[in-house]
Amino acid sequence: MPSRGRSEAAEHKLGPPPGKNRSRGNFTMRGRQSNAADVSEVRRIIGDEVLDRSLLLEYLHRIQDAAGCLRHRHLAALVDCMRLSLAEVYEVATFYHRFEVVDDDAAALAPAVHVCDGLPCQMAGADKIAAELEKELEGKVRIIRGACMGRCDCAPVAAVATEYLPHADAKAVQATLSAPGAPEIITPAIDFDRYQADGGYNLLRQCMAGKHQKQQIIGELEESGLRGLGGAGFPTGRKWGLVAAEPGPRILAVNGDESEPGTFKDRHYLERDPHRFIEGMLLAAWAVDAAEIYLYLRDEYPHLRALLRKEFAKVAAAGLSTMPVNMRRGAGAYICGEESAMLESIEGKRGLPRQRPPFPSQAGLFGRPTLINNIETLYWARDAINAGSAWPNMRSFSVSGRVREPGVKRVPAGISARALIEDHCGGMAEGHELAAFLPGGASGGILPASLADEPMDFGTLEAHGGLIGSAALIVLSQQDDIAAVVGNLMRFFAHESCGQCTPCRVGTEKAVAMLNAGDDASDGVLFSDLADVMADASICGLGHAAANPLRCALRHFPGAIA
Amino acid sequence: MSGTINFELDGSPAEAAPGESIWQVAARLGTTLPHLCHSEETGYRADGNCRACMVEIDGERVLAPSCRRQPEAGMVVKTASERATRSRAMVMELLLADQPARGETHDPGSLFWHWAETQGVQSSRFPRRRTSPEGDNSHPAMQVNLDACIQCNLCVQACREVQVNDVIAMAGRGAAAHIAFDFDDSMGESHCVGCGECVRVCPTGALLPASGVIQADRQVNSVCPYCGVGCQLTFHIKDERIVGVDGRDGPANHGRLCVKGRFGFDYIHSPERLTTPLIRRDGVTKDDVAIDPANPLTHFREASWEEALAHAANGLVKIRDNNGKQSLAGFGSAKGSNEEAYLFQKLVRTGFGSNNVDHCTRLCHASSVAALMQTIGSGAVTAPFTDALAADVILVIGCNPPVNHPVAATYFKQAVKNGAKLIVIDPDGAALKQYATWMLNLWPATDVALLNAMLHVIIEENLVDHDFITARTDDFAELSAHIKAFPPEAMAEVTGVAAENIRAAARAFATAERAMIFWGMGISQHIHGTDNARCLISLCLATGQIGRPGTGLHPLRGQNNVQGASDAGLIPMVYPDYQAVNDPAAQARFEELWQTKLDPEPGLTVVEITDAIHQGDIRGLYIMGENPAMSDPNLNHARTALAKLEHLVVQDIFLTETACFADVVLPASAWPEKDGTVTNSNRQVQLGRQALQPPGDARQDLWIIEQIARGMGLDWDHGGAREVFREMREAMNSIHGMSWHRLDKEDAITYPCLHEGDPGEAVIFGERFPTDDGRGKFVPCDIVHPDELPDETYPMVLLTGRLLEHWHTGAMTRRAPVLDRLEPEAVAHLAPADLDRLGLAAGDRIHVQSRRGEIELTARLDVGVQPGSLFIPFCFAEAAANLLTNAALDPDGKIAEVKYCAVKITAA
Repeated sequence: MPSRGRSEAAEHKLGPPPGKNRSRGNFTMRGRQSNAADVSEVRRIIGDEVLDRSLLLEYLHRIQDAAGCLRHRHLAALVDCMRLSLAEVYEVATFYHRFEVVDDDAAALAPAVHVCDGLPCQMAGADKIAAELEKELEGKVRIIRGACMGRCDCAPVAAVATEYLPHADAKAVQATLSAPGAPEIITPAIDFDRYQADGGYNLLRQCMAGKHQKQQIIGELEESGLRGLGGAGFPTGRKWGLVAAEPGPRILAVNGDESEPGTFKDRHYLERDPHRFIEGMLLAAWAVDAAEIYLYLRDEYPHLRALLRKEFAKVAAAGLSTMPVNMRRGAGAYICGEESAMLESIEGKRGLPRQRPPFPSQAGLFGRPTLINNIETLYWARDAINAGSAWPNMRSFSVSGRVREPGVKRVPAGISARALIEDHCGGMAEGHELAAFLPGGASGGILPASLADEPMDFGTLEAHGGLIGSAALIVLSQQDDIAAVVGNLMRFFAHESCGQCTPCRVGTEKAVAMLNAGDDASDGVLFSDLADVMADASICGLGHAAANPLRCALRHFPGAIA
Repeated sequence: MSGTINFELDGSPAEAAPGESIWQVAARLGTTLPHLCHSEETGYRADGNCRACMVEIDGERVLAPSCRRQPEAGMVVKTASERATRSRAMVMELLLADQPARGETHDPGSLFWHWAETQGVQSSRFPRRRTSPEGDNSHPAMQVNLDACIQCNLCVQACREVQVNDVIAMAGRGAAAHIAFDFDDSMGESHCVGCGECVRVCPTGALLPASGVIQADRQVNSVCPYCGVGCQLTFHIKDERIVGVDGRDGPANHGRLCVKGRFGFDYIHSPERLTTPLIRRDGVTKDDVAIDPANPLTHFREASWEEALAHAANGLVKIRDNNGKQSLAGFGSAKGSNEEAYLFQKLVRTGFGSNNVDHCTRLCHASSVAALMQTIGSGAVTAPFTDALAADVILVIGCNPPVNHPVAATYFKQAVKNGAKLIVIDPDGAALKQYATWMLNLWPATDVALLNAMLHVIIEENLVDHDFITARTDDFAELSAHIKAFPPEAMAEVTGVAAENIRAAARAFATAERAMIFWGMGISQHIHGTDNARCLISLCLATGQIGRPGTGLHPLRGQNNVQGASDAGLIPMVYPDYQAVNDPAAQARFEELWQTKLDPEPGLTVVEITDAIHQGDIRGLYIMGENPAMSDPNLNHARTALAKLEHLVVQDIFLTETACFADVVLPASAWPEKDGTVTNSNRQVQLGRQALQPPGDARQDLWIIEQIARGMGLDWDHGGAREVFREMREAMNSIHGMSWHRLDKEDAITYPCLHEGDPGEAVIFGERFPTDDGRGKFVPCDIVHPDELPDETYPMVLLTGRLLEHWHTGAMTRRAPVLDRLEPEAVAHLAPADLDRLGLAAGDRIHVQSRRGEIELTARLDVGVQPGSLFIPFCFAEAAANLLTNAALDPDGKIAEVKYCAVKITAA
């Protein structure tokens, strides 16, 4: 051939090559590849900032907000932008219930209606709403039963996009579907000016001006007896002291993932008086000399996200905050209320609880010593420090269920369920008699009316198989079927188990299966064995607490499940 | 013991070493607690998720996972309490509920069933879940049976933390948590690279080899036959066939293997194995090579060993005696053992009478070695690749370790996950892109410009190590002056890499506490390959990044024994241990040892031998285990040379493309069929043990070499590998201290190992370099353009290399069914832009032509390839990339520029 200038030899024709497989190879590189168009689309959505691995959830939110769901092609493009592996992104995207991961060739998703599956909402008729919507809007919407939305005082609750409908019914849902409202904007009853006029931020200003020693402030807080109000009840002052004693840089992480079914006190306080919380947060950051603040807020509170952004800006403008508050948006995972799972989630990973030791106070967020406080705990920090030992031992109960006036009730700790219902909630609802109650949401067990005169505080109910936890009192009446209640709770735990450890992952699923099977499978010994292994061998509190409904049913309500 | 923790275990006092878990202490004291998610293999951490190993600790509300918890002073631990025992059994009962029935289990001997039955759990009271995941048999090497999966995460750890291939996810959550490959893709369609690490550690049989569970009759420990990483492995043998391979905890691999090592072992059982000596039929010309390797009798006839050996040796003797000693040459092999390499070069030097002996190192790292010898006096690596884990900055240039050195790459990726910074300099390098801190995609063959620019930054910004330069090096002033002409801004135009990135990478490298360089054929296979390596050496010398753990120069060795074959003297200019043939002292030493007169002139190199054949200077060639008819540049030229030979003896396990040109073909032994040592990239000499007998009448290579020697009049009687190794120790100071006995006991010894009991030195040159004055030398380099630049007729740049699945010329791997199924077809990797420009789609057949040859193959879309260039692996005989490549040589290393030539592409 003339074109082969330097070739001087004839080709030697060889026999067949060694490979015997006559199939075709891959026409592209192995595995899913992103394409340039998707990459630029994703880039446009998430912005051209330098991408931060810990913001993976945030980017997924942005893509889903823009595209309606998470298509595989967008995820693959995000992988490319972030230089992560497909596996890393996929497991995070599929862990959180708010994210909807969809095949590229699947049809567009119908609009979603989330109907709260929390116990108070179910008691208030959520099942009926869901059934009606299924019937009337068949195929036009997707009805998704979701975990407690934190609005149990307005049960039943449904949500269309980011609009949460209190006391919802099928009609209201349909109206919202056809005429979506603007994003909810709330103005707090006590705004920045009013809060300051009432003496707000004085303590913080004094601290910042060097008028107080950190140790002194932490001491005052210890004196006050303020305890962690997320549910664990750890003495707050001691926690601040522990973290302050660790080598820096330290971090403050605020747990705003209020998601214990029946609990809505954090939302309640933030909606009304956000600056009391903000001052508490800044005091905590000052006291432990935190280098950074992270605030993890559940995705079901979009109005609070907007509100806090606005209020933080005011605080920063007033020179009260020297560091940015990194807001992190949850994505639908009860487990992220567990503090170490929350840390994982803030780092942009799946919300798997960490095993201890080490404790977060030693090695927490990004491996640094981390102070983790719940929103309500910080909400009371300023007043507790100011009051010191004179701080009253009060508890904010989120009351829901069969009472006349549900809501957040701030009452002395140790109040009995009966007194709380009668004296603060207007008594039982019409036609309902107290039959049982859940003192601490889904996790705190189910107690019979016969224990309604026991004091409710940290440590007082454990002998009866209950605990107060986040102080979410759900009141049951003679109309409520204990087996159905246990079923609701176990379904919740199975839905929310992170899946990391065997007792919780398999145990909650088996409990639901056994309950669904009804009498045929009812085996008290097996339920009891199951409860033991969940309580003894699970990694975190979710698995431990998931045993409580079973144990309480076996103990206090013989015959209900076995 | 310092730091010992005293606690109570099951009522007796117990001691724990710091870091030891309760599980480990209990196991040490004789109580092995059940464990599923915790693997005892090196490199695995206890995750503590399965909860099968729970124990009771006094004073704690809940039970603790013994695999994770470490004892504390005074702790009272009860492994056998009723509560703990019951809890552990309950965990098994929960998991067992969803397992396939005992009779249908995928792996009846699995760890899961062992622990269930040990605890008396035979069945479960819990309801079985309604649906079970379906099996996935999409991958040729592995089967996926997620119905047996217990979500223990070991495969996730294997894939993400140990091998760092990042394919397996734990997707979903709660009871829906499940193993996913990428986005819940089938394993075969995922990014899975088939390393099989997940199969190795799966405790349930959810992940198994595609061949299923085969109970082996016996095991033999050896070393992997493929790349220079040198993974230790165990062959599992049943009915005299290898049925499986497992990694061993060797210093280079710590139990890891890649797809070739784990699943590519069955080439040795190929029906195409040569089992009888063959002699070319009378009248069959050397130009007639259209031979089916499965049926060579069309062109060859079977012969007895006696006849074949006589024919082979006599042919060589005749040429030597008629045409002179310089008319013979030998190609040894980097696939053989050290002992074979040693004996082969000894045969050429003492029997042929010349130094015309070479092997594929010439096409591999000859230029790197030339540069290293010139500057620091030693051609081997200065530190092992495992030292990447000790480095703060890792520079990877001109190599693609996840493809070519997969297990070495695991350490690089792990280092990055642990916080090290990674600089990747490569025209492609896509396989490491995800891990790179700085990805410098330079234009092909512009390495000197880029490296000089980095040196410019380092010197201009005074980031050099003055103390090191003063104490340990010469000629820095020359380098300083020279480098002024290479500012990053100007070099950005030459290399296509932004000046800022050049600066950032240079600063990171120079200012790191510990920085280390790894390189491969992208550096060496150029006419300026030696210059490329010189620049890398200057980088290390200028910054003092050499001679300490986590620093240094590591040319990643290609073949499993290219280091050892070179050490053993399979090189025309040096005797064993790099003793120059033209050094009278060295010559005297070997004349004494071998009791014969030796030729003082260096011999010819691989490509030079080809040219010498064409010129009629070389007429006879003995090739042991090499395949120049595929591996040499400009194959039409090389094959014509083979055809022109008066006498060609080929000793191999298959009728390779080279053997098709032979007069005599001698059936040899595959690696698992022999004893011998091999030396990996880390200078670790490792022992391979014979696992099987060679098939049919195939013979040990050492025996064949010896018979040829005897046929040529040498009175040889070396015995086996052990005896040859003993002679090598006399010839080579570097391994003088290594005894066969110790190798057998320890499996690996690093050289230099100068005397008995010498532990060997992993990191060398901490004090001085083995040069005459002990000092290293800077050699400034100028930009040299590739020999053949693209032009209007041949506008594209062709780069050649390897695929993960196919070793070198494919002789072995294309006969390994799993690997053949993974990569069955000859492909050319092209950038999307070029496919578009040429109006081609991925999967189209294309015609690629250079000035020297043409091939037809399938286009594969690869976003990692630079527009204007293409990549073709050279393993496919039906579209041999080396038909196209350029044989122009580096003047110092005599290595051909197979990484760069000009081609044109058209639709086929």
